[in-house]
Amino acid sequence: MSDRLSVFKTYKLYVGGKFPRSESGRVYEVTDSKGKWLANAPLSSRKDARDAVVAARKAFGGWSGATAYNRGQVLYRVAEMLEGRKGQFVHEVADAEGLSKSKAAAQVEATIDRWVWYAGWTDKIAQVVGGGNPVAGPYFNLSSPEPTGVVAVLAPQESSFLGLVSVLAPVIATGNTAVVVASEKSPLPALSLGEVLATSDVPGGVVNILSGRTAEIAAPLAAHQDVNAIDLAGADDVLAKELEIAAADNLKRVLRPQPVDDWTATPGTDRMTAFLEMKTVWHPTGSLGASGSAY
Amino acid sequence: MAFEYAPAPESRAIVDIAPSYGLFIDGEFVESSGGDLNKTVSPATEEVLSEYAQGNAEDVDRAVRAARKAFEKWSALPGSERAKYLFRIARIIQERSRELAVLETLDNGKPIKETRDVDLPLVAAHFFYYAGWADKLAHAGFGADPKPLGVAGQVVPWNFPLLMLAWKIAPALATGNTVVLKPAETTPLSALFFADICRQAGLPKGVVNIVTGDGRTGAALVAHPDINKVAFTGSTAVGKEIAKTVAGTRKKLTLELGGKGANIVFDDAPIDQAVEGIVNGIFFNQGQVCCAGSRLLVQESIQDELLASLKRRLSTLRLGDPLDKNTDIGAINSEEQLTRITSLVERGESEGAERWSPACELPSSGYWFAPTLFTNVTQAHTIARDEIFGPVLSVLTFRTPDEAVAKANNTQYGLSAGIWTEKGSRILAVANKLRAGVVWSNTFNKFDPTSPFGGYKESGFGREGGRHGLEAYLDV
Repeated sequence: MSDRLSVFKTYKLYVGGKFPRSESGRVYEVTDSKGKWLANAPLSSRKDARDAVVAARKAFGGWSGATAYNRGQVLYRVAEMLEGRKGQFVHEVADAEGLSKSKAAAQVEATIDRWVWYAGWTDKIAQVVGGGNPVAGPYFNLSSPEPTGVVAVLAPQESSFLGLVSVLAPVIATGNTAVVVASEKSPLPALSLGEVLATSDVPGGVVNILSGRTAEIAAPLAAHQDVNAIDLAGADDVLAKELEIAAADNLKRVLRPQPVDDWTATPGTDRMTAFLEMKTVWHPTGSLGASGSAY
Repeated sequence: MAFEYAPAPESRAIVDIAPSYGLFIDGEFVESSGGDLNKTVSPATEEVLSEYAQGNAEDVDRAVRAARKAFEKWSALPGSERAKYLFRIARIIQERSRELAVLETLDNGKPIKETRDVDLPLVAAHFFYYAGWADKLAHAGFGADPKPLGVAGQVVPWNFPLLMLAWKIAPALATGNTVVLKPAETTPLSALFFADICRQAGLPKGVVNIVTGDGRTGAALVAHPDINKVAFTGSTAVGKEIAKTVAGTRKKLTLELGGKGANIVFDDAPIDQAVEGIVNGIFFNQGQVCCAGSRLLVQESIQDELLASLKRRLSTLRLGDPLDKNTDIGAINSEEQLTRITSLVERGESEGAERWSPACELPSSGYWFAPTLFTNVTQAHTIARDEIFGPVLSVLTFRTPDEAVAKANNTQYGLSAGIWTEKGSRILAVANKLRAGVVWSNTFNKFDPTSPFGGYKESGFGREGGRHGLEAYLDV
């Protein structure tokens, strides 16, 4: 029996619900942990980054305006799709991170469980962090969280899939749209995630995934006037400082790199609240005091 | 016949301003190491009220070291003990509120009516509110045992000198941090009086330090390597500089910056109430309010009626001696600010907007600007885009709710907005779409310590007030 020649996959970006190659036409070689060739991933350009922001902005109104229940359903659907393609991701994560099959499987399962965890948060975060304020006067006064807008996410460099999902899911669970820069060394699980998102009822543009040189793609994102926030998880100290300075130009919300010892640990709400704005709405209630009605 | 108002001046005898003030570091007043002094003047009369120290980098360092030393004990105190200190401070502020109101009016130029009825009650309320949090932090939603950050460097503006101090110091102390606060260059006095309140309250030395001076002092404070937290209220331009300064450090940052609030009046709004709200929105504190409703968006069909009503109302505003209890409009805080307002208003005229002010006699000395209204304003006009921070209202029109929302959001800022309509569903629909941290419907410029305040977009980040205001001072 002769060995069957396998079919390679052309990895593409995921932008605006479509799968373009980099507009630059560039690719770079992605290897496994032992240096063996895996694929040629798109080497995104600054223009790709800007296109992704346009797509994310266009998707923001619909996604942020969807009901929290609906967003939860869509996120849960992503978990369902991931479960069905577990084998593929186990393979990719094992290659990317040099893990045994069983360790890679544990990573992928933890990743799916993380989607499920965040899917359940969409319609609870407002109750946990918002609420009525007992002001000293006849006013109805309510604080509610709202998504901050388009968030640039630099995925962690080492944890190619669990780390990626751990920083992406909280951003979109709360109604933001995202431009994600995949792990530079191990972008393949991220690019494959794009294929899952495209078949999971996630509207095009809500998540946009770029691969390439983190520093090259991140610079225009940090400086972009139509990006509202940036998660620097995948930046080293030098790059993070540079990007934070650029981000100050339009006062982007910046989440600095946080040391994460164990991506499998249950996250708190910090990654969600980092990209939420608190809106407080006032309205007179009138009063029914001793001096009579004022409404 | 019309009755004339008789003057009703508040006595300034209640305030004893020293001819000169040092820096308040480690529980005592000390001289600046550089020995430089600045003068603070009364904007209403240009009278020199006092001299105060120009703190330099060395002074800032001394203050930060005092705060660092005090942090160990202060943060280790049981929350219930810290709470009692804050309750003491709140009570002393209430006891001395008349004195502080007069002082603030003298140094800032705002009417006594406002310092007495708005600033001071809110200052006391903020200390009361956060005092109660000090021993309940485990219940605030930031984990079972949230920790303070350390030393907070705080820089506050001149428009609400004591209130902004309260917004910064009360939550910082409640959560166990110690502070170095720099009051504004033109209004340092109430912070120095607050130092005396700390003394009366028996607050441990070094927990609160006040370093006066200009922008250089603030820059030294923000850049100091041994502070853990920076809190700033002021202009967006300075806010951006601060964000760059703290980049790459672990300093936590909150910024309350500029605004260009839209006050949206729909055709079914009760006109008289809306007019009161518009006046309060832009002429409160001479318009020197970051969340001022400086853009009036009025539905086209009621424009004439509303403007007639608004002009009539503006003609009844009384401008003059801020210490007079009948005064509605006080002095502009400084000559520099007056120049800025004047030049932006000239720009408005030169770009073709139509300027109107009620007949209004301005006092011969001091810094004054008559309440001003611009009509025929488009979104491209400078006065519709730049924050003027003065008693100047730009009037724009719209036809549909969608257009109102689009125009309201067409700004780099996102601090406040107002909605005037009788229709509840319209309030909620429009409020949902506005990109602003505070939305007042059928009211404007209301504040409360239980209510988080802060901006979207370039109006800054973080919230002050409420449970949310604790987050800025905790390790979360």
